[in-house]
Amino acid sequence: MMQVQGQAELAHEVSQFLFREARYADDHRYEDWEALWAEDGIYWIPANGDDIDPERQMSIVYDNRSRIGLRVRQLMTGKRHTQEPQSRLRRIVGDIEVLRAEERELHVTCSTMIFESALRGDIIWASRNEFVLRREGRDFKIVRKKVALLNNDKALFTLSFLV
Amino acid sequence: MNMVARASEWGELIRRDRVRGDLYRNPAIFQLELERIWYRTWVYVGHESEIPKPHDFVRKSIGAQPILMTRGQDGCIHLLLNRCTHRGNQLCSKEHGNATNFTCPFHAWNFGSDGRLIGYAFPDGYQGLNKDEHGLGRVPRVASYRGFIFGSFAPDGPSLKEHLGGAAETLDRLAMTSPEGEIEITTGFLKHRVKANWKFILENETDGYHPAFVHSSIFTMADSGIGSLYGAKSTALTRDYGNGHTEVDLRPEFRKRDAPLSWFGTTPDRLPDYVAKMNKAYGDAKARQIMIDGTPHVMIFPNLFIAEIQMFVIEPLAVEDSVQHVTALQFKGAPDLNRRMRQQTMGSVGPAGFLLADDSEMYERTQRGVHASDTDWIYLGRGEHRERRDSDGFMVGHATDEVPSRGIWRHYRALMEQA
Repeated sequence: MMQVQGQAELAHEVSQFLFREARYADDHRYEDWEALWAEDGIYWIPANGDDIDPERQMSIVYDNRSRIGLRVRQLMTGKRHTQEPQSRLRRIVGDIEVLRAEERELHVTCSTMIFESALRGDIIWASRNEFVLRREGRDFKIVRKKVALLNNDKALFTLSFLV
Repeated sequence: MNMVARASEWGELIRRDRVRGDLYRNPAIFQLELERIWYRTWVYVGHESEIPKPHDFVRKSIGAQPILMTRGQDGCIHLLLNRCTHRGNQLCSKEHGNATNFTCPFHAWNFGSDGRLIGYAFPDGYQGLNKDEHGLGRVPRVASYRGFIFGSFAPDGPSLKEHLGGAAETLDRLAMTSPEGEIEITTGFLKHRVKANWKFILENETDGYHPAFVHSSIFTMADSGIGSLYGAKSTALTRDYGNGHTEVDLRPEFRKRDAPLSWFGTTPDRLPDYVAKMNKAYGDAKARQIMIDGTPHVMIFPNLFIAEIQMFVIEPLAVEDSVQHVTALQFKGAPDLNRRMRQQTMGSVGPAGFLLADDSEMYERTQRGVHASDTDWIYLGRGEHRERRDSDGFMVGHATDEVPSRGIWRHYRALMEQA
């Protein structure tokens, strides 16, 4: 019984964290979003398949922590034209599963559907996401976020918001 | 529509220093471009290193036509139409791979990697069918320069060497960045779609006027040293090689800096293996010059763009719909250089790139802009008063001048006037 309760709590904590991450991204709260990342965080959006080697093959995004910071600072200049005006965004995060819980790190997957309304038009993006979350105090930090877009083998329109 | 069919009237659309917005939004003009440019002139298709072994294949395109680029048993490269000769079914649906033959899933017709018809199911249903007449369609002319494979649907015409003209030297320069003198394309392509006409992309590649404005958000945040190359005081040159090929020649700026690898935003001590191999391959003095000059920034008409560290291929889908295929350039024998090439390429280009997402935003906005027709000229006269011929006879101008656009349109008009 104790263990069942613990798992339910964990699932709740994790989902609340993922919902918050999604909300910061949707609302363009760039600094709040960046603060969710661990110092060794990796933000990865593969291209041409979900399991390519990002050290050898092109990815849409393959940011280490400093490049995540650069991405955020570019958005904050107000001159990142593709996000001026900012895309209107809303995403649904579901199918959240904690696949593996280690002492300090959790391996989590979820599905995401994002509706983007931009100058170009309206687009739906869909992905399977994988997170590695690290416990830090009463909160988590993102060690790794992989966004496996369903259509990452096709030609994609500009994807300049925080996915 | 009738207007554009008459050669005498292209002058109404294209003048020396201005062009009509119709050229970017008229579907009839797009159809004519397919006929007179994409299915006539030399078009870049792929690189030899993408199909290194016999029977390797990769799917490509020329204009709107699907192409299968293969290497036959004997090592010869073929540009085949990806269409079964029986009922027109798409023959190969795999992006790339290795196959001695291709079987059409519709009625099991079978073709070799060189395109010949090998056989078909239930052969007694055909009497006297000549297999030689039913091989895959093929691009009649295939030629390669420095490993870059081009195809032309015109059975005769200028050779690839003639088509490249002075621009061939930029590919020589590019190859010399490798200690083994060879480029490799091995890292997969990012495919970035834009709701814009392909010529906005073509012209922007050697437009040195926009970076200071379109890319200010990244130039102010990351000290890449690129911004100053495109300032009002830059000594870099824009160049028109003729045949639609254009360049931004950054060497004058890099020579002023006189620092090897500055073009790549790094220093010799960070890439010691590469520098040692270059010195061994070319001798210290020449290697130093190569590493100061850097790689070219050249747009080979109509669809191959070498942008220092990456390669773009422009694919026109429809009059207002295009794809930019982009990958990191890789230099044979330079793993440490290549690693940085991949990292920097992923940061700067593709749908989420620090640079290209903003370029592409401009393509799409310009596309919407040219639908407003009351002042329907696009003005390309920047720097006419200061353009001049260089020692090779090519027109050059200031880094921010519109010498390249004027050159592209002069060639475009010549091609379109040939009915």
